[in-house]
Amino acid sequence: MFLRRALREHPDFAQGLRDTWPQVPGVAAWGLMTGVAMVKSGMSVVEALAMAMLVFAGSSQLAAIPLLVAGAPMWIILATGFCVNLRFVVFSLHLRPYLMHLPLWERLVHGYLTADMSYVLFTRRFPHPSADPAQRIAQEAYLAGNCGLNWFSWVIASVVGVALTNAIPTSWGLGFAGILCLVGILCSLASTRLRLVAASVAAVAAVLTYALPLKLNIIAAIAVAVLLCLSLEKLRPDNKKVAT
Amino acid sequence: MSHEPGVTDLWTMVTIVGLACVTVIARCFFFISNRSWNLPHWAQRGLQYAPIAALAAVVLPEVVMTNGHLVATWADARLFGAAAGALGFYWKRDVLITIVVGMAVYLPLHIGLGW
Repeated sequence: MFLRRALREHPDFAQGLRDTWPQVPGVAAWGLMTGVAMVKSGMSVVEALAMAMLVFAGSSQLAAIPLLVAGAPMWIILATGFCVNLRFVVFSLHLRPYLMHLPLWERLVHGYLTADMSYVLFTRRFPHPSADPAQRIAQEAYLAGNCGLNWFSWVIASVVGVALTNAIPTSWGLGFAGILCLVGILCSLASTRLRLVAASVAAVAAVLTYALPLKLNIIAAIAVAVLLCLSLEKLRPDNKKVAT
Repeated sequence: MSHEPGVTDLWTMVTIVGLACVTVIARCFFFISNRSWNLPHWAQRGLQYAPIAALAAVVLPEVVMTNGHLVATWADARLFGAAAGALGFYWKRDVLITIVVGMAVYLPLHIGLGW
């Protein structure tokens, strides 16, 4: 994707970079603290670097670290990683019509690189998939710019975090910048009343079900919020137009 | 067989590669196969709400919980940092402002006062 010059020179590639730029400090701070957390918890430098570059999923990395260090069975670690990543399964359902015209390996590369922020920015800029070839190239170029910058800032920050482990105390709480980044994106998505309801219900449900194993509280919260909003939508058909 | 601190072992490396595969499978789940099928209407509508619900479900526990329990005191820098960040967003409609304002409130309370 990034290797194709036509995409890099497309105006939407630059637009993808511009839209991602404000997220970079948050992603970088989060990557930095994840890098620090990996080494501080006992992983070797080689392992930490491999994890930052290959796994490329902050929340599943953070969930896997204590299990890895404790020597938990591999299937538990992989299952935990998958559960924490379940939201991406939902995203992939949404992204399918945008990517299906591409060959398999290009779909896999796009999918692999599309983390939370990239997904949100991409679907905000292109609310509907297009069948028009020019528009498809524009979408691909935007995704390449947006995911590329996100990946680079994550990996570079993680590597710096691994390198600086002993200089940055975890107690500074720089990782909070990653949460603030999510707060900003969350606010930008709260464009309708029902979405606000979805956010509030999911937030409360995630806290109430926090004791569930494998971070299943996230999945439970999404399910409750979505089901509730779909029911509310049926009661108030006028909302359908607003939400689309 | 717990992990020896700072030592690279093969088992951990294999697990890391496995986690990378998990990332690919989760993120590509519904577009790995090119069999054609239609998304039911309710699922299409559900996609309107799933992303914001997922973000909210990840964010709130990180702001109001410590070690699996609700914070028992107001003297927690995360509460004020997150609130300030959200206000910052509605002030300028900009995610970077959210982070700057949020951290400007969070860091002095957290490092300075130890909240």
